[in-house]
Amino acid sequence: MKHTISVLVENKAGVLSRISGLFARRGFNIDSLAVGTTEDKDISRITLLVDGDDYVAEQVTKQLNKQIDVIKVRKLNQEEITRRELVLVKVKMSVAQRGEIIDIVKIMQGEIVDISHTTLTVELSDKPEKIDLLIDLLSHYNIVEVARTGTIALQKGAEMV
Amino acid sequence: MITGAEAIVRCLENEGVDIIFGYPGATIAPLYDKLSKSSIRHILVRHEQHAGHEASGYARIKKRPGVCMTTSGPGATNLITALATAYMDSVPLVAITGQVSSDLLGRDVFQEADITGAAEPFTKYSYLVKDALDLPRIIKEAFHIASTGRPGPVLIDIPVNVQQQRIDFSFAGEVNLRGYKPTIKGHTGQIKRVCKAINSAEQPLICVGGGIFAADGQAELKRFCETLNIPVVSTMMGISAMPSAHPLFMGMLGMHGKTIANQAITDSDLLIIIGARVSDRAVLFPAHVGKNTKIVHIDIDPAEIGKNLSTLIPVVGDAKEILIQILEAEPVRKSEEWTNSLKAKKEKLVLDYGPRENGINPKAFVNQLSRSLPEDHIYCADVGQNQIWSAANCEVRTGRFLTSGGMGTMGYSIPAAIGAKIADPDKAVVAVCGDGSFQMQMMELATISQHGVGIKIVVMKNNKLGLVKEIQKKSYKNNECAVDLSGSPDIVAIAKAYGIPGRRIDNMDEAEDAIAEMLSCQCVYLLECIVDENESSM
Repeated sequence: MKHTISVLVENKAGVLSRISGLFARRGFNIDSLAVGTTEDKDISRITLLVDGDDYVAEQVTKQLNKQIDVIKVRKLNQEEITRRELVLVKVKMSVAQRGEIIDIVKIMQGEIVDISHTTLTVELSDKPEKIDLLIDLLSHYNIVEVARTGTIALQKGAEMV
Repeated sequence: MITGAEAIVRCLENEGVDIIFGYPGATIAPLYDKLSKSSIRHILVRHEQHAGHEASGYARIKKRPGVCMTTSGPGATNLITALATAYMDSVPLVAITGQVSSDLLGRDVFQEADITGAAEPFTKYSYLVKDALDLPRIIKEAFHIASTGRPGPVLIDIPVNVQQQRIDFSFAGEVNLRGYKPTIKGHTGQIKRVCKAINSAEQPLICVGGGIFAADGQAELKRFCETLNIPVVSTMMGISAMPSAHPLFMGMLGMHGKTIANQAITDSDLLIIIGARVSDRAVLFPAHVGKNTKIVHIDIDPAEIGKNLSTLIPVVGDAKEILIQILEAEPVRKSEEWTNSLKAKKEKLVLDYGPRENGINPKAFVNQLSRSLPEDHIYCADVGQNQIWSAANCEVRTGRFLTSGGMGTMGYSIPAAIGAKIADPDKAVVAVCGDGSFQMQMMELATISQHGVGIKIVVMKNNKLGLVKEIQKKSYKNNECAVDLSGSPDIVAIAKAYGIPGRRIDNMDEAEDAIAEMLSCQCVYLLECIVDENESSM
C-alpha cells in the first residue's frame, strides 16, 4: 500500500542526510522523496511516498517525528489531497514518428519543450499515474532519458499540515 | 572579545559542568588551553571510548549530562562505541570533539573524520559548528536535548579555527526548538483507560525498564505497585528500580531472566510496561506474551510504543508523572489471588549457591559481595556470563545496578564505575567483569591510579570467553573456537604494576575474608576470582 507523508523540516544543513539515513537504517522503502522550501524560507517541505502496511507508515511517522529538526509530520489521506509530479522525457525518433509522438503529448496534455533533428523532449505535470501512462505510451518509441521530480502533495480545501 | 574556546568553557561552567572526561589532541588544543584555567576538573582517560563510558557512569548517578571530549579523527571515532552504548541505554551525554579547520573540511586532511556523519545513527542530535557566534546557543541546546525527553548523547564537533575565532560573547537566551517538545503529562483519556483496565484485570503485571531512572520515578513505582498490590518484573536496564527482596518483585525477565518472571508475563492478563523497549532479549513476542494479555505501554518516546509489541493502551509521557496521575485516578484492585500465588512461588525459588569442585561459585559470590557492600552501593556489571550472574544474583537494596543493557558493550563496567564514583564519592562502587572484558578496559587502571578513584574491581577469571563458549556449545555442536584466552596476563600482577592492591581466590571458603579485605581497603582494590570454565550462566 502506498502512503503519502508530508514533513515540515528546518531548512538547514544535514537534515536530508539524517532523514535518508533513518530510512536506510530502519529498512523503510521509499518510492519517492521530493524536497523544496516553503512560504517560510527557514522551513522545507519533504513529500514522501512510502510503500508498506499501516505498521510501516506508523513507524515512519513516529521515527520522523522523533527527529529534532522535524517540525511536523502528517500522513495524508490519499482521497483528500492534490498530488502532482513533473516529468521530462527525451525521446529519440525518426521524422516519420514525430507526428505520432506529438499526438500522444497533445492527448496527455503535455508539452514539447525541446526539439532537435533526432529528439523531442516532453514535459508533463500531472498525477503520478498519468506520468506512468505517458512513459508507457512513449516507451513504444526510443526513450533515451527520463527525469521525474517525485510526487508533491497538498491537502484539498482549507486543511493544512 | 574572547575566543571560541573561552566561550565554550564559560558555557560549560554555566551549565554546571564540574568534570570532563577526555583525551587531548591537536584540533582540541585551544579548548584544553582554556579549560586548564577554569574551575572544571579534567580526567585524563587512557582510551577515548572510556571517556564516553566514564561520562555515562557519571551521568547515570548524577542525573545530569556527562561530558566527554576528544580530538578529531581517531579520537572522535574511538568515541563512537561509547556514544552508541549511551544511545541504546538512553544516557544523557554531551560529547565535544575537535575538528580540522573549517576551511579544510572535506579535503581528507590529517586526522579529519566526518564524525557527525559517522555518529549520526548513535546520537540524539549533533552539531558541526561553523561559526563561534553559534557556540552559546548550540551548547545550551545540546544540554537541553541530551537531558530532556528520552535522554541521549549529543555530539558537538568544533573545528580548531572556530575554537580560535574571536567573538563578542553573550550567553544564549531560552532554548526554543519548534520540532522538539517532549510530552511530560499523560493524556487524561488514556489515564482513564489504564484505570479501567486495572479495575477489570485479574492478573496484572508491571514490567519496568531503564526509563524509570530517567524519570527519577523509583519511589513512585514502589508506591504504585504497593498501593495496587501488583507484582513487578524488570528488564536488564530496570534492575535496581525495586529492591531484589521486595515481596512484589519477581526478578528480571527475558532470555537470561527468571522463569517465574517469564511465566508471569505469559500468565498475566494486563501487562503495564513502563519505560522499556521490550527488545528481543526481554520479550520474544508473541511467544512469551499471553494471547489475551492487554498491554499498557508508558513511554516518553512515542516511537517505542507499538514498535516491538502491539499495544492496546499507549500512554506517552514521563513515567513518574504518569504513575502519579494513575494513582490520583484511584483504580481499584479486586483479586489478590494472583499476587499471592506469585509471592508464594518466589519464596520457593531454589538458589544454585552450592560449592563447586573447581573455583568459586560466581552466583553465590556476587550475591555475597552485594550483601556485604553498604545497602546503597552502586554495582557495575560488565558483559558476558558475569553480567548474567550479576543480574540474576546481585542483591539490590537501595543502590543502583549499572550495565550496558542495550548495546552489550564489553569493557563498560570499570569506566562506568569510575564515572559513578566521581559522581558520588561517598558511595561504595564495585565493577564486576570477566577476564575477557577486563582486557578491554585494563588501561583504565592508570586513570584510577592517577586520579585516586577508590572503586572495587572483581574479575571473574575462567580463561575463556564464557558466554560465546556457551553459544558454541549449544548451537554450534560444541565447536569451541576463538574463545580461549590463553596468553592473558596475571591480573593481580597487572593491578600491582599500576600500584593497585589485589588478591586472587579460587574457592568459596576464602570469599568472605577476601570481600572483607577488599571492603576494608580505603582505596582501589582488585579481586580476581577463579571460575571453572564449564560454569554456566544460568
